[in-house]
Parts: sequence; C-alpha cells; structure tokens
Amino acid sequence: MTQQTTRPTPAQRTEALEQLLTERELVDPKVVDGFVARYETEVGPLNGAKVVARAWTDPAYRERLLADGTAAIAELGFSGPQGEHIVVVENTPAVHNVVVCTLCSCYPWPVLGLPPSWYKDPAYRARVVREPRTVLREMGLDLPESTDIVVHDSSSEVRWLVLPERPASTAGLSEAELVPLVTRDALVGVAKVAP
Amino acid sequence: MTSPLALDGPAAPPRANGELVFAEPWESRAFGMAMALHADRAFGWDEFQAALVARIAESETADPSGAEWSYYRCWLAALEDVLAGRGALAPGEVTARVELLTTRPAGHGHPH
Repeated sequence: MTQQTTRPTPAQRTEALEQLLTERELVDPKVVDGFVARYETEVGPLNGAKVVARAWTDPAYRERLLADGTAAIAELGFSGPQGEHIVVVENTPAVHNVVVCTLCSCYPWPVLGLPPSWYKDPAYRARVVREPRTVLREMGLDLPESTDIVVHDSSSEVRWLVLPERPASTAGLSEAELVPLVTRDALVGVAKVAP
Repeated sequence: MTSPLALDGPAAPPRANGELVFAEPWESRAFGMAMALHADRAFGWDEFQAALVARIAESETADPSGAEWSYYRCWLAALEDVLAGRGALAPGEVTARVELLTTRPAGHGHPH
C-alpha cells in the first residue's frame, strides 16, 4: 500500500464523489446500480434493429418513422433520456447518411444504447466531417463514387438515426427474422446491413 | 463487472455490435450518478451537456495527440463542475476525500 502522491485516478475520484453524494443523500447507490444495469443490458441497438425491421416490413410505419422519429419509436415502447428529437434518415443507393456528434457524444440512447468508444473518439468526430468517404473506407465500408455521403451532426436539438437499406436478398424474411441482421454500425451509418 | 450477463436473448449486452458499454467500473458509476442526479432534478441535462462539451473541448486542446483521451474522465469532470456550480460540492472537497480514502489502512475495501 503506497501513499498516493500523483494525481488521483478517475476511479479514486469517482469513489470519493459517490461517497460524498451518498452521505448527503443526493445519490442512492442502488439507484445508480439500476441505471448502470439498465444501460448495460436492456437499452441497446436491439431496440433500433426492431425499429428498422418494422419499417422494412410495414410501409405505413416507415412513413411515420421518417415523419416523426421519436413518436414512431415510442410506438414500439422505446423512449427515455436522449430520445427526444430523433430524426430518421433513409439510406438509398444514391445517398448514404452517416451520423456523428462533433461536440460531444449526442446519440439516440433509447434505440442504440450508449455510444461505442469510436463514436466518442476525437479522431472520428473530427475526421468523418472532413473526409467521410475515407473514414468509412477505413471502417470497412467502401462506397461507390456515385453514392453521395451526407454527414449529420447530432446535438441535443436533433439526434440522428439511419434507416439502412434492406438487402434484396432478405425479400422473403419476416420482421422477426430481419431483426438480428441489423447492426448498430448500420444504424449509425458506418456500415451497411450485410446481404 | 457487475452481474452475470445473459449471452443472448433480449437482455444480452450488445456484444455482437462491439464492446461492452463501460470499459471500467468507475465509468459506469460516473454514468449512473449523473443519470440518478438528473432523474432527481439535481440539474438539467442541457446544463450537464454544456459542461461535458466544455470539458471535451478542453481535453482536446490540452492534448491534441489524443494520447490521454478518456471520454468518461471528461464526463466525471463535467459532473463535478455542475455539482460545484450548484453548491452541492465545495471546492477541493472531492480531492480531500480521495486523500482520505487513499490513506486508509490496507484491506479496507480498497477498490484496486
């Protein structure tokens, strides 16, 4: 056990902060546990995949989703913090949409959960705006020159969600069969749904 | 980390889509505290977000190479900023508590 002489680690600061706030009854550790468990296990991209599978199989739902993302997503029971003002944009062979938050990490939590590390990384946040085609290629998505790329910058006013293209090979699949094909990366626009 | 996690089914973490949500336990505590405090209306989310944006910008300016980058360190600092701004924490209080915790006897539940 050595004496700490350097800057406290974030783990130490976090523990100290939680202790202080708990003593003041500003925070109940059990409530903190509940939020952590919820975002580790329940709220995640599976929700977004269900939204996409519904939109692919129900044209009326797709229309509602593109008209008012937050409302259509709430129809499936997904709402909560960072779920306000979700705008859904549809990928087509001509236009590919990709999402970033240049200032911090705005992200539609109810449908995607918390953002992955790369989404929060300064390199992604700065570069995908400047050179989206190159960044997407580095991430494994090589788009033809004929496809326009539109980069959407999320904020607290608008959180963007991508409606990926449905692969032609999935024509015979049911909504439930489509859900597992839709990945988080496709919902952010850094990947396509694999045929 | 916390509890045993189902490997598939609706409660499974998004492993197929990448990493688990939190890289270290303290990140999840910092996240959960902000959520709990906001749910209790200790601060508005816009207020927290503005503090987070400021801390991220500060981190990127101070460390252009990104070698020291930690999103949740910015998150934690923003949380402390907001609480200090609202008078829920006194200046230097967290640092003083860290010193208290790091000088406690071995075997006293030290988290590392």
